Amino acid sequence: MNDVYLPNPLSNPASDRANAPPVYLDNQASTPVDPRVLEAMLPYFTIDYGNPHSESHAYGHRAMAAVDQARGEIASLIHADPREIVFTSGATEANNLAIKGAAHFAREHPTGGGPQDRPRDHIVTLTTEHKCVLESCAALEREGFSVTYLPVAESGRVDLAALQAALSERTLLVSIMAAHNEIGIIQPLAEIGALCRARGVLFHTDAAQALGKIPLDVEAMKIDLMSLSGHKLYGPKGVGALYVRRRPRVRLVPLIDGGGQERGLRSGTLPTPLCVGFGKACAIARDEMAGEAVRLKGLRERLQAGLAGRVPGLLVNGDLDHRLPGSLNVSVPGTTAPEMIEACSSIAISTGSACTSASVEPSYVLRALGLSDARANASIRLGLGRFTTPADIDYAVDAIVAAAARLRHRDQVKSSGGTTT
Amino acid sequence: MSGRDTYLDWNATTPLRPEAAAAMAESLALCGNPSSVHRWGREARRRVEDARAAVAALAGAPADAVVFTSGGTEANHLALLGSGRGRVLVSAVEHSSVLQAAPAAERIPVDGDGIVDLAALAALLGDGKRPAIVSVMLANNETGVIQPVREVADIVHASGGLFHCDAVQAAGKMPLSLAEIGADFLTLSAHKIGGPTGIGALVLGGGAAAAPLLHGGGQERNRRAGTENLTGIAGFAAAKACDAGEYDRVRALRDRLEAALAPDAVIVGAGVPRLPNTSAVAMPGVSAETQIIALDLDGVMVSAGAACSSGKVGPSHVLAAMAVAPGIAGATIRVSLGWSTSEAEIAHFIDAWTALRRHTLGRRTPLAATPVAA
Repeated sequence: MNDVYLPNPLSNPASDRANAPPVYLDNQASTPVDPRVLEAMLPYFTIDYGNPHSESHAYGHRAMAAVDQARGEIASLIHADPREIVFTSGATEANNLAIKGAAHFAREHPTGGGPQDRPRDHIVTLTTEHKCVLESCAALEREGFSVTYLPVAESGRVDLAALQAALSERTLLVSIMAAHNEIGIIQPLAEIGALCRARGVLFHTDAAQALGKIPLDVEAMKIDLMSLSGHKLYGPKGVGALYVRRRPRVRLVPLIDGGGQERGLRSGTLPTPLCVGFGKACAIARDEMAGEAVRLKGLRERLQAGLAGRVPGLLVNGDLDHRLPGSLNVSVPGTTAPEMIEACSSIAISTGSACTSASVEPSYVLRALGLSDARANASIRLGLGRFTTPADIDYAVDAIVAAAARLRHRDQVKSSGGTTT
Repeated sequence: MSGRDTYLDWNATTPLRPEAAAAMAESLALCGNPSSVHRWGREARRRVEDARAAVAALAGAPADAVVFTSGGTEANHLALLGSGRGRVLVSAVEHSSVLQAAPAAERIPVDGDGIVDLAALAALLGDGKRPAIVSVMLANNETGVIQPVREVADIVHASGGLFHCDAVQAAGKMPLSLAEIGADFLTLSAHKIGGPTGIGALVLGGGAAAAPLLHGGGQERNRRAGTENLTGIAGFAAAKACDAGEYDRVRALRDRLEAALAPDAVIVGAGVPRLPNTSAVAMPGVSAETQIIALDLDGVMVSAGAACSSGKVGPSHVLAAMAVAPGIAGATIRVSLGWSTSEAEIAHFIDAWTALRRHTLGRRTPLAATPVAA
């Protein structure tokens, strides 16, 4: 079919651990591309390379047909209509478009807003949201919008009574993440949606982490805007989408205007292979999500049990009952996350969100949960994924336990921190 | 695909270069997020930064001048909306992504060849209004006509303005130097030079800054948030521009095509410097829509102007700005070649075009338009 050299993304068999690095446990930061996704994308790189907006010839038609099929797969996974899916360059752009786009539309169309024809100009979000949500809100504050940043309980979940109390006749939009990127907790989406709908408030959710991991239904959950990402779901980087409700219609001012693609909401040539890959990733998730959730939850419990039994004083951060199946966040007393990351160099773990993890400050999310600085500083994020095996978990437990022991005894041991075993 | 397919719509998008495909396949096998601190992340970061240097070299710029974006459209927005200048001037033949980024912009007229009117630009800037940002493309996507951008830059800078140059179509098809152009902002797109769709860049001239359009995780030195499109970035860097030999070969093919049609065709912009790969060809008396449909049935893929106008085969704003007569403008198709275009493909196009013209107009009545029969 093609002559492109394709390394196998899964070429780290569990039986061949002599040379690390074998274990990737940072699936919240980014996931490996599923080989089935890659296979679906390849023809659109090399054979059907037309510009999907070229309506004058067959190459363009084939590209657009592929994009539309992908749009349908994405819509199907969240129980939406394909016409409600707007492709973007990723979840960051989708979040920016949802929040700024809704706010700018309200400002430009005051009669569509609240009482006295005054535009709704108030936004409610959580202190634990992803940076791109918080920064979009901050940008709107500089433009004169008001934003309420609600605190969360130690579980990480929103306090629905506090949310209800924060809504006013001026409130335009609530933005609350579906499942959290650092601690993995899942918010009560249907309850939030019902609360917002009753008050005529738009409900936006950043579902980059949740998509394909837990069931999402924009109708049942009364979601108006939902941000999605390809590379968190074994699809490619560089593509995401925003779900934009049609009935009742949610209107946005585009961030990027031009050729009028995506029904005027997002101009720019669509990257056909990336759209196809994202669509395929959603189709796979739809078929496999239920079974995969059970498998991952079992692995996560194995990981948690393994660590809890061998790391004295281990603490789990965030609610355990409402949690993504593959996500665990723990604090290892007597260590700091940067030390642990260095000491566990044969497994990929992280401290908080990758976007800010180049700086190794304590996570603002964990501090917002009310955790002490020491506990927040000692927290590591473990993200299991589709290609994580039981052997990976056992290897990781051994590595983390060994690293924790070394770090706690570092004064005596003077270990270099190397972990090749 | 049948062996008779001839793709001559390279200005809409190009096939991926094999080098780019290989680089992308390799990067798709990496799972790291470039912002992660572990070794997977550092490996991804290394590739992003290596690619940044390669893309910068394409524009003769230092690596840290390159801000990766989702494509040319976003880069154009980042320059025009992020420059902080309240006054925007754009040439009348700019791409729709520039026109739409600044819908209230003042338009700089062009002459009959599509060349921006420098005296008019100077007059607009000399009226003592607020400092402006001025956007003039390096080469036009529909006609290939190359603008005198150095002169534009000098006029703009003399007035205290900033100069944005959309080099999306020019990159890879002619030598490119940020310093020689004198631009404060330069837009590039990968999928016009044999790289993938979904990735582009804004190159910043010394001292220029753009306020971010997308807020978030602080990627791209806080100039563009969002996880880096590692695969796209790797493909962009590997796509590399044509070398001089390729320009010469493509230009010779394009010139042969134009010469073959010459007795019956009007070539827009033929008298001024153009990209070596682009020809805006009018078949007087036959609508562009009729031509592209008939050529498509014959296996030849061309377009009637920009692809992003999304199927609307309406009058081209570029040709209108050049005051091309409506009868010619409505009969103009865009033929654009690339590095793998062959002599056989050019012969295929010439045969198809000539046959179409013969069937539609007959040999002796060149201006008596009749509906296409086939």
